[in-house]
Amino acid sequence: MAHAGHAAALRGQVPTRAFSRERVTAAAMRIGVVTAALLAFWGLWELYRFVWVETGWTWPFPVNDTTLPHVHTIFKAFADPSRVQGPLLISVLLRAALFTGKEALVGFLMGASLGFFIAVSLVHSRLMQRAFLPYIVASQTIPMLAVAPMVVVWLQAGWLSVAVIAAYLTFFPVAINTLRGLQSADPRAHELLRTYAASRWKVLWHLRVPASLPYLFSALKVSATASVVGAIIGELPSSIEGGLGGAILNFNQYYSLVPANLWATNLIAAALGIAFFLAVVVAEKLIVRRAPEHTA
Amino acid sequence: MSVVSISGMTKTFPKGNVTALQEIDLEVEPGEFVSLIGPSGCGKSTLLRVIGDLIQPTSGTVEVNGKGAHQARLDHDYGIVFQDSVLFDWRTVTKNVALPLEMLGWDRAKRKQRVDEMLRLVELQGFGDHHPWQLSGGMQMRVAIARALAFEPPLLLMDEPFGALDEMTRERLNIELLQIWRRMESTVVFVTHSISEAVFLSTRVVVMSPRPGRIAGIVDIDLAQPRSADTREDPRFFEHVTAVRELLRSVGADDHGSVLAEEIT
Repeated sequence: MAHAGHAAALRGQVPTRAFSRERVTAAAMRIGVVTAALLAFWGLWELYRFVWVETGWTWPFPVNDTTLPHVHTIFKAFADPSRVQGPLLISVLLRAALFTGKEALVGFLMGASLGFFIAVSLVHSRLMQRAFLPYIVASQTIPMLAVAPMVVVWLQAGWLSVAVIAAYLTFFPVAINTLRGLQSADPRAHELLRTYAASRWKVLWHLRVPASLPYLFSALKVSATASVVGAIIGELPSSIEGGLGGAILNFNQYYSLVPANLWATNLIAAALGIAFFLAVVVAEKLIVRRAPEHTA
Repeated sequence: MSVVSISGMTKTFPKGNVTALQEIDLEVEPGEFVSLIGPSGCGKSTLLRVIGDLIQPTSGTVEVNGKGAHQARLDHDYGIVFQDSVLFDWRTVTKNVALPLEMLGWDRAKRKQRVDEMLRLVELQGFGDHHPWQLSGGMQMRVAIARALAFEPPLLLMDEPFGALDEMTRERLNIELLQIWRRMESTVVFVTHSISEAVFLSTRVVVMSPRPGRIAGIVDIDLAQPRSADTREDPRFFEHVTAVRELLRSVGADDHGSVLAEEIT
């Protein structure tokens, strides 16, 4: 319930979130730190290359343009054609990232919903937990490589089957963490709602779910990156070529000729995973309102 | 009609076959402020929870507002305040106070009006948009009181609400609570382990003895209303404190020390 008038009256006292000077400074600091870390990583990479090439050390592996290309070679590869007379690598990879991103996003949403639904249906009954949790855990011990072909057989090879494979990796951390979060509320808060004679659904909605949100978002952060990995791996047994999995398989075959292409593909895949992660972080900031000790 | 009517009530916990409360008889009349006091283990919090139907008695009858305690809970006949404020930290102060009103299905306009009234009552107007962790312990407790009284229950149950607060905050909140009690014309059952707090607040102090929990005696506190900081310096205040202390001593409370130690000042 928004008490508009009341909120407006208070706005003068509370500094607005977006424009406070501290926040801008903190954001600038963060960008500076990230940039500095990237530059440092570039420097270390090139230093390692230089030392190993000059000394001819072969441990743990000999360093040359194939095993460890220059960073600038990798970035330059983005602007080269992906094949003779073909489109630029960067446009090929961005298209692949969009394709894989769609699979991962749909898989993430399906998996997160399924995980949340499982947690909610198990939270009220120890018996149900005892009956079903072992199978949920067991599902994660089956290797992805064994599950993926079956999903492809059931659903036909396509982006949807890949999304289902991504969902398979996503739902588990969400189910386990949310279940824990739904049980994390203060017992006296449950007692308080009993004094209101609140129904089980009201307790779920007004107490259990809000209390579970920090747990849910920890799980979503894990699942966000897992869904990208799941989508990339899921593309392989389905022989889907439009995504990053297909690109990785393709550039793998030409690695000895153009190693930079595979490195570049990996960079894009990593960027996609990071984008998913950051989206969850932003959502958490917008949604979770807890005391400082409850937020990461 | 009594607001609380307990007769022949016994509560045993099956675990270890502990008799927490034995043969309790107690009537609380409308407008009374009744404190339950006794050494730890006397079952005063258990008694409060039985009145609130948060635990069920083993035998005897417990009536609230002329009906069984269970029905009274379903009918929202009481509000409760725990030792901790138990505020939901994802809700603002406004929304915390509105929580029971939401449960009762009040519409938005009615909720807003009542919450504004309640925040004025506990002198927290202007803090409605704050989150609980931005408030001091005393302010959090005032929010909890506002929440408990928001739907104007005929009975207010309080379980050592000020036990975790410092002495100065506690004394200020004692005075505020009495003002609220007068203005709302409510009935209060208050658990405490502080003799001076019990005497200052109450119209009657129920002294309980431990193992098994029983009512050892009831002291009428006929100090003038409204009470103020001066009441604590009234010689008759000390007479009542002494009377309650004597009663506690007679039930062996000083063996446990917990009640008397903090009261020596």
